[in-house]
Amino acid sequence: MSKARFQEKRILTTGNYACAEGAITAGCLYFAGYPITPSSEIAAYMSRRLPQVNGTFIQMEDELASITSCFGASYAGMKAMTATSGPGFSLMAESIGLGVMLEAPAVIVTIMRGGPSTGQPTNASQSDVYQTRYASHGDYEIIVLAPSTVQEMYDLTIRAFNLSEKYRIPVIVASDGILGQMMEVVNIHSNIELVERKKPQVPPEKYKPFEAFDDDLVPGMAIAGTNYSFYVTGLTHDIEGNPEMTPEAAEVLIKRLCEKIRKARPQINDWEEKHLDDANIVILAYGINARGVPEVVEQARQKGYKVGLVRLKSLWPFPDELMERIGQMGASKVIVCEMNNGMIIREVQRFRHLFMVSGITIPTTIPFSPKFIYEKLMKEV
Amino acid sequence: MSPSDQISIPPEALGHPLIDMLNLHRFIFCPGCLIGTVITSITSCLKERGLTSKDYAIVSGIGCTGRSSGCFKAPAFHTTHGRAIPFATGIKLANPKLKVIVLSGDGDLFAIGGNHFIHAARRNAEITVLCINNNIYGMTGGQVAPTSQIGDITSTTPYGNVEPPFNLVSLAAAAGATYVARWPGYDTLRLQKSIFKCIDNQGFSFIEVLAPCFVQYGSKNRLGDAVEMLEWLKKQVRIKVDWPPHQATFDFKKGIIICGEFVEEEQEGFSKKIEQLRIKAQNKKIDKLIKDSE
Ligand SMILES: Cc1ncc(C[n+]2csc(CCOP(=O)(O)OP(=O)(O)O)c2C)c(N)n1
Ligand code: SF4
Ligand SMILES: [Mg+2]
Repeated sequence: MSKARFQEKRILTTGNYACAEGAITAGCLYFAGYPITPSSEIAAYMSRRLPQVNGTFIQMEDELASITSCFGASYAGMKAMTATSGPGFSLMAESIGLGVMLEAPAVIVTIMRGGPSTGQPTNASQSDVYQTRYASHGDYEIIVLAPSTVQEMYDLTIRAFNLSEKYRIPVIVASDGILGQMMEVVNIHSNIELVERKKPQVPPEKYKPFEAFDDDLVPGMAIAGTNYSFYVTGLTHDIEGNPEMTPEAAEVLIKRLCEKIRKARPQINDWEEKHLDDANIVILAYGINARGVPEVVEQARQKGYKVGLVRLKSLWPFPDELMERIGQMGASKVIVCEMNNGMIIREVQRFRHLFMVSGITIPTTIPFSPKFIYEKLMKEV
Repeated sequence: MSPSDQISIPPEALGHPLIDMLNLHRFIFCPGCLIGTVITSITSCLKERGLTSKDYAIVSGIGCTGRSSGCFKAPAFHTTHGRAIPFATGIKLANPKLKVIVLSGDGDLFAIGGNHFIHAARRNAEITVLCINNNIYGMTGGQVAPTSQIGDITSTTPYGNVEPPFNLVSLAAAAGATYVARWPGYDTLRLQKSIFKCIDNQGFSFIEVLAPCFVQYGSKNRLGDAVEMLEWLKKQVRIKVDWPPHQATFDFKKGIIICGEFVEEEQEGFSKKIEQLRIKAQNKKIDKLIKDSE
């Protein structure tokens, strides 16, 4: 871990620009992307900013190329990022699995718009929450962060880089068309913690690319251009990288890849909570759609209703421990608000033995207004 | 008898001259397949140039040829089907000092990955791409490829292929590759001369290597075993000097395959141009102009 010093300042900017500047702050030196509304400003910003910091920007021929070239850059030692939206993310799906298998750090930003298919390019949505989690085939875990403000577009992009370096996995920042385009003030802090990937822990002749020595199950990562030789493959492999087609090899590898993320849930999961100690009803929301919830909660509490709030800042791995805590603290109901037909609500429903679950889940393109949520809430209290 | 009971000779004991640079246990190719010959040709060239594994990276896609990257003792990457070139582009741009070599199949590079090939050539990205052209999908059981010829019998063209093939040499030249050659895989001398030129070229280099697949292509089209297929190929190969790429005929029916070097140009490579962008971007005056225009 290293501390980077920056000039403290406040800037008025958009979510997409804040995200891109966050990447620069995090030490991103490689961006590959393909234009798609409503994410394109990230690429445009990076095309101007990266050459200034001796980085590389490339507009690729498609998203398949964008994501794979990021993994190539990552294995040549650079922090790499790509940004897209639903249709482009769909094209990246296969190679996200490659990133998981190669344990290649990289950040993927998806600025969610309406779907399916071309959907509503210029509108916002939260309908790709499953896509961020399950896009690629196979059994795997992934990390997804969900900013709610332009400030968080900056902060969580930095965090995404840190997590991807720490756990050697692609990390996804799931934002949306409104947050990407809207302007807010962002505080650039002077002291920012940056994480660099674990280096090989043994000399070249002893190095095995997928041998994890530590409790975190993360192997040290060799890169091209050093004295280390290594072979990495998307095929199921042993610790030396040899393709291995036995059932045991599948079990050992998949368990480690999943476990390294699952066991880090306490370090990865991130949320904001309010009034959980006495809340009878908890409203759970995330991303752009969470912005109206604090007002609803305060209004309801003024009327004497014991309402609490949870705003998820990380969606995957899902914070099971938080759900258990909500149950232990005595809430009898959780209301999930999301701009889709019901995605995160199904995760919350796994805890129906602890509390009742209801939802305001609408596949719409505008965030729920406080008035709308309040009216729905009043029917539940 | 379990496999571990079998007497196996450790590859090191065989005394292969390139043992320091190769992982012999990852040569899974059918005996007689030229993929192995191409791997050793590349390795010989790297060795002769005094390059060690810190100087280069090998990238492959998926297929029989896709398995070749694992044979190199180097940073070696077995990626997804069709995506070897963008992966290699990422490595090259992140560390322009590296020699980046892509070794992949005709289906991988020209069907599912065709778009990446033409764009990398257009950009003149400084990578070397070697295509093992066996005119078929070897690994998946002999299906028709974009390089299969009209009339070819494959698993998915039981009545004969009706689609004309790509001519990879003309395609590469038209897309902007600055070095283009075609050689039969058995002609390791000419192949290696070509590989040296690729290593030296400051741009996108392409070699099409003819490497018949007797298991899939040969059996279905009654061309015999590995040796018979090589004889069959040899009869068709005509080596030409200074021929233009559009005359690089590749026609099994006529029995003519023109081989040679078709493009040799000097053009500034992509990573050099990106380097120049940095100089521009760090010039405060230009940055102000951009800002003002926004
Ligand atoms: C996305 C995807 N589609 C299909 C496949 C199946 N597949 C594996 S190799 C291959 C064809 C390989 O042919 P070629 O590139 O010519 O390589 P060869 O085996 O002939 O060397 C295909 C279709 C795959 N691995 N991934
Ligand atoms: S199947 Fe064909 S291409 Fe694949 S290793 Fe065997 S001979 Fe070579
Ligand atoms: Mg082939």
